Amino acid sequence: MNGVPLEHGLILAGALFVLGLTGVLVRRNILFVLMSIEIMMNAAGLAFVLAGSRWVQPDGQIMFILILTLAAAEASIGLAIVLRLHRRFHSLDIDAASEMQG
Amino acid sequence: MLIAFYVAAIVALFATVNVIATRKPIHGLLYLVVSLLAVAMIFFAVGAPFAGALEIIVYAGAIMVLFVFAVMMLNLDEKGLKEEQAWTALSVWIGPSILVTILLSQMVYSMLSGDLPAAGLHGVDAKQVGIALYGPYLLCVELASILLLAALVAAYHLGRADERE
Repeated sequence: MNGVPLEHGLILAGALFVLGLTGVLVRRNILFVLMSIEIMMNAAGLAFVLAGSRWVQPDGQIMFILILTLAAAEASIGLAIVLRLHRRFHSLDIDAASEMQG
Repeated sequence: MLIAFYVAAIVALFATVNVIATRKPIHGLLYLVVSLLAVAMIFFAVGAPFAGALEIIVYAGAIMVLFVFAVMMLNLDEKGLKEEQAWTALSVWIGPSILVTILLSQMVYSMLSGDLPAAGLHGVDAKQVGIALYGPYLLCVELASILLLAALVAAYHLGRADERE
């Protein structure tokens, strides 16, 4: 049974993170921005699990579980805010929210 | 294991590129589910089966279904697509893409030049994770439960129908 080279896994995690960051920067639809944030958190969790697997310690998977909890909380609050935004502005464009005064 | 890792990595990258490049939110969501399943495959390949199962059940199962419900509730139209297409014209991206590709190739080269330590020679099963989770990390479990409770209250407060509108 061959092991996976750690650098290749970290390069994959970095590439996924940068793809998510690109999505946050490029897209104006708030649903895609939320999805890109999920991609970024998933990439961070991938890096944790790979490192924990490299040193055969359970700590990496525990950090992944905490990231999973954070992602669930973020998705629920983010989607509630999306519903509020759509109810008020009738649009999912995040530039529509820039005219809120404070 | 090695072949499974590389195939899943290619699938994950391809699906993620499609997530940020597609136009309709529901198509992006389905590609995101594929990407998460590919990452779960990587977790199984490096010997972390508990994390892989959680990735499928919680991420691809629960969080993505939440997104799908939100998209179905919103009843989206085609209005905002035109303006976003103008933002993402291809000619804008050529110069920055070349520069960033140079930096990326430098980073990849420097990471690949050493000898490569292998991950996943020995698996970490769910029993070890559980023992560590409810031993030294017990405070983190409590903090996570408080975070989830706060998210529940905040989502209820934000999602409530407002009488003034």
